[in-house]
Amino acid sequence: MKINSEYKELAWQGLWKNNPGLVQLLGLCPLLAVTSTVVNALGLGIATMFVLICSNATVSAIRQWVPKEIRIPIFVLIIATFVTCVQLLMNAFTYDLYQSLGIFLPLIVTNCAIIGRAEAYASKNPIKQSSFDGLMMGLGFLAVLVVLGAVREVLGQGTLFDGANLLLGQWATGLRVEIYSLDSQFLLMILPPGAFIAMGFLIAGKNVIDHKIAQAKPKKLEQAIERVRVNFEN
Amino acid sequence: MAFWIASSPHNHQKNETSSLMRLVVYATIPGIFAQWYFFGWGNLIHISLAVAAAIIAEFTVLALRNKKITPQLFDGSAILTAVLLGISLPALAPWWISVIGSLFAIALVKQLYGGLGHNPFNPAMAAYVMLLISFPLQMTQWQPPLSLLAMDIQLSDTLAVIFSGYTPQGYSVEQIRTHIDGFTMATPLDTVKTNMTLGLTVVESMQAPTIGKHFGVGWEWINAGFLLGGLFLLGKEAIPWSTPVSFLLSLFICSFIAFMISPDSNASTMFHWFTGATMLGAFFIITDPVSGATSVKGRLVFGALAGLLVFLIRKFGGYPDAVAFAVLLCNMAAPLIDQYTRPRTYGHDLEVKK
Repeated sequence: MKINSEYKELAWQGLWKNNPGLVQLLGLCPLLAVTSTVVNALGLGIATMFVLICSNATVSAIRQWVPKEIRIPIFVLIIATFVTCVQLLMNAFTYDLYQSLGIFLPLIVTNCAIIGRAEAYASKNPIKQSSFDGLMMGLGFLAVLVVLGAVREVLGQGTLFDGANLLLGQWATGLRVEIYSLDSQFLLMILPPGAFIAMGFLIAGKNVIDHKIAQAKPKKLEQAIERVRVNFEN
Repeated sequence: MAFWIASSPHNHQKNETSSLMRLVVYATIPGIFAQWYFFGWGNLIHISLAVAAAIIAEFTVLALRNKKITPQLFDGSAILTAVLLGISLPALAPWWISVIGSLFAIALVKQLYGGLGHNPFNPAMAAYVMLLISFPLQMTQWQPPLSLLAMDIQLSDTLAVIFSGYTPQGYSVEQIRTHIDGFTMATPLDTVKTNMTLGLTVVESMQAPTIGKHFGVGWEWINAGFLLGGLFLLGKEAIPWSTPVSFLLSLFICSFIAFMISPDSNASTMFHWFTGATMLGAFFIITDPVSGATSVKGRLVFGALAGLLVFLIRKFGGYPDAVAFAVLLCNMAAPLIDQYTRPRTYGHDLEVKK
């Protein structure tokens, strides 16, 4: 099966090169506020991804009929609709997680990553590509959230997947891994400053990897075209 | 043959970072000696742990950054940071407190911003605040002075408490802190703060055994020691006079006004000067040339702001002592202070509008 190069490029952009969390630095408010545990991060990440896919698809579907002047309010309304859906769904099925995410669930509406994609990509491209772009951007955002959540949870309270049953149901209680036990939590990592510090290290790590890749690539030999100096006067 | 002709000044004074840092470390000795005399070996152990961790952290980061290791490692700044951190920790805090604090101070607060001279915050105080908000329990278990303890704490006992949490006889930090009459002893500032919430007056709080005759058993001498060290530094012109003078004056004026308004609910001016970390802060912390203001006028404003903040947080804030928080807040304000207190260039008029 041959994967379309357009989709490949979209995936590369969303997951790595133009990652909404690490490169665009959009939607930092939920990113920093709720990533104190993996489960919180996963819950918010999935919710954001769902909203992103749906809003991208919808925006793209109606892109012919939206007047340019009022496109932003329309995008916001569409996003708000899907956020309301997600909020009601989580309220119904994962009530505890809904409680622990609190205000940050409705605040997905204001996540610039979503409106940014609607404006920059979905409003100019067909439905299929737009939904795929939403999926990839959402996955990229989700990945950053989960990694950040994992780092902070391990450093902060020495566990992983604490409270997974809030998201996945009773069977997931056994997923909780205790890496090491602490007499007292490392509160800094659980509080917002820890999120900023960990985020800084993640961005630095990504830059290091990019730098290494760029160095490892064989350098393209610049074909210097040497011209013979021609002196027309003689 | 040509003579090498240099322009004036012809008399050079070579002042290296390391000699200045060494001088400041020496100046802490009287205060540390008072700490050792009244509170035992705890702080000395923490200072050595912090210094070791700081050197390791500094070495690792310098190696990662491909810097010249020997001159930067031994310029004394990391050691000074670690000494100041070790001084300010509670004497019986667990060993990992000083290690984590020291690593944080050097690796994150200093080196991540670009090393000595580039850090916007005072590393020792940033680490102290980090520890205080991360480990509130361990960071508030202050040891009462030795003379008030129900048991005899030797070097081996202190070592055992710091590394395992219990003395060889099996006493925990909490039990060590308990007075022979069965109540937990706190620092003088903590005592006054707690008694205020209980509705007692300052005069009544001064009856507490930890406060003793004057402003706190041991604490007054520690502050006197740091004052002595600070005066030595002032005499050597190692630190500018403006910051400590304006800091102490500002704290004096604020507490004096409050004391005049309501002597029952405000501690005296000298109590503010000679308890907690006042003198350490005045001469060793806020005089940090990197994270403070640069001009004389700027330093006066910087010190006055720090003094005001210390008073406000001690009086109205949630924590009993405030030097670390005040210093960090002032560090944040330092660029702004510098902006508005630029010295006039010689020959130029300040009023000239461009």
